[in-house]
Amino acid sequence: MLMSCTVRIASPLRSYTAGAATLSLGGETLAEVLSALEQRCPGIRFRMIDEHDRIRPHMRLFVNNDEARELAATVRDGDTVHVICALSGG
Amino acid sequence: MSSMLWIGTRKGLFALRADGARRSWKLAGPQFLGHIIHHVVQDPREPRTLLMAAKTGHLGPTVFRSGDRGRSWREAAQPPAFRKALEGEEARAVQRVFWLTPGHRNETGTWYAGSSPAGLFRSSDGGERWEPVAGFNDNPMRPKWAAFPTPDGEFLHSILVDPRDARHLYIAISIGGVFESTDAGASWTPLNEGIAADFLPDPNVPFGHDPHCVVQHPAKPDRLYQQNHCGLYRLDRPERRWQRIGTAMPKKIGDIGFPIVVHPSDPDTAWVLPMDGQTVWPRTSIGGKPAVYATRDGGASWRRLDRGLPRSQAWFTVLRQAMCADAHERAGLYFGTTAGEVWASTNGGGNWRCLARHLPEIYSVSHAA
Repeated sequence: MLMSCTVRIASPLRSYTAGAATLSLGGETLAEVLSALEQRCPGIRFRMIDEHDRIRPHMRLFVNNDEARELAATVRDGDTVHVICALSGG
Repeated sequence: MSSMLWIGTRKGLFALRADGARRSWKLAGPQFLGHIIHHVVQDPREPRTLLMAAKTGHLGPTVFRSGDRGRSWREAAQPPAFRKALEGEEARAVQRVFWLTPGHRNETGTWYAGSSPAGLFRSSDGGERWEPVAGFNDNPMRPKWAAFPTPDGEFLHSILVDPRDARHLYIAISIGGVFESTDAGASWTPLNEGIAADFLPDPNVPFGHDPHCVVQHPAKPDRLYQQNHCGLYRLDRPERRWQRIGTAMPKKIGDIGFPIVVHPSDPDTAWVLPMDGQTVWPRTSIGGKPAVYATRDGGASWRRLDRGLPRSQAWFTVLRQAMCADAHERAGLYFGTTAGEVWASTNGGGNWRCLARHLPEIYSVSHAA
């Protein structure tokens, strides 16, 4: 069965998604979902994930309501992956 | 010759366009509003091409390229990034692409980028795909050369390509010092003799210095100038010992600052913008009275140039990439301040006027023909 999840994209990244706030993508782990996202929207992954596959300091990734600290986090059919930008100050 | 200035700020990209006489300037932008723009550089080999180093508060660092003089931009397919760390190695990630330098005129499409933390990268396809320069990034000495990050991080900047030899390169690291390669970046040697390092326990170390800006004269490439955290210096290769030329500055002004700019054709003429380097390092214009200082004799003497600049209560800082000259014989000089002002002189600093105010904090000002 092809796994599919909804990925909600924060506004700073929507220049890569032609303005789309949500995308439907396949993948059984966060890494696979991000790989599918990169294929669909080239360049987006490196703005979120560094060269050692670490989530960048001011990015947060959630699978449903649970924050994912590692890209190995499991994603199930029907889940929602939230890509959130976290920064305060001027 | 028309003139254009690209203004990189903490909150976006701006441009100032002048008529041929450089009398009338028009501000355009912002483009990339909200993006942090560290450096914008025109390709002298293909003047329609510009590269821009950018990131945002949230998003990782990248490079944008324009092939139409800044009307449109496209992101690099493979921005500068360190290679994957091997087991047990420190996994360094590029936090900022801080500096861009076009390669040698015979190497069309070659560019260099410097990053924070200190890393050197090269593109051979006009900035589309970037590769780490292993000779520096993987150099076993690199962790020792760049051991003390500044409060803002560690910066690799002032990447200089000898116009006579594409394989002859200089780089500077804050904090780390100046380094030279004669084999296109495969190996590097410290080049810091004579430079003070009064913040270190041993002032005679071979590296660990804090160059703020190093420039090479285009017409006399053996002539280097350096504005360092600890003074102003000149080096005439093949000498290896820098001479402190800031000792000729007035004592009450000192020789601390960030940028240094050379005249496009006269290697003995250079300009600096001294900053307050006393006690806790305010790094603002000295006494609130900003002034450019010029030498016409290679640093033997300096002359204050402040006509038109604020007379008092102007406490701005001018960062290392935020001052430049144009290519006119009667050189135009330009600087941008942390208070969002752009100042210009079209007579070598003799008179100054403000071209723009109320911009975001200015990180870089670069001239484009």
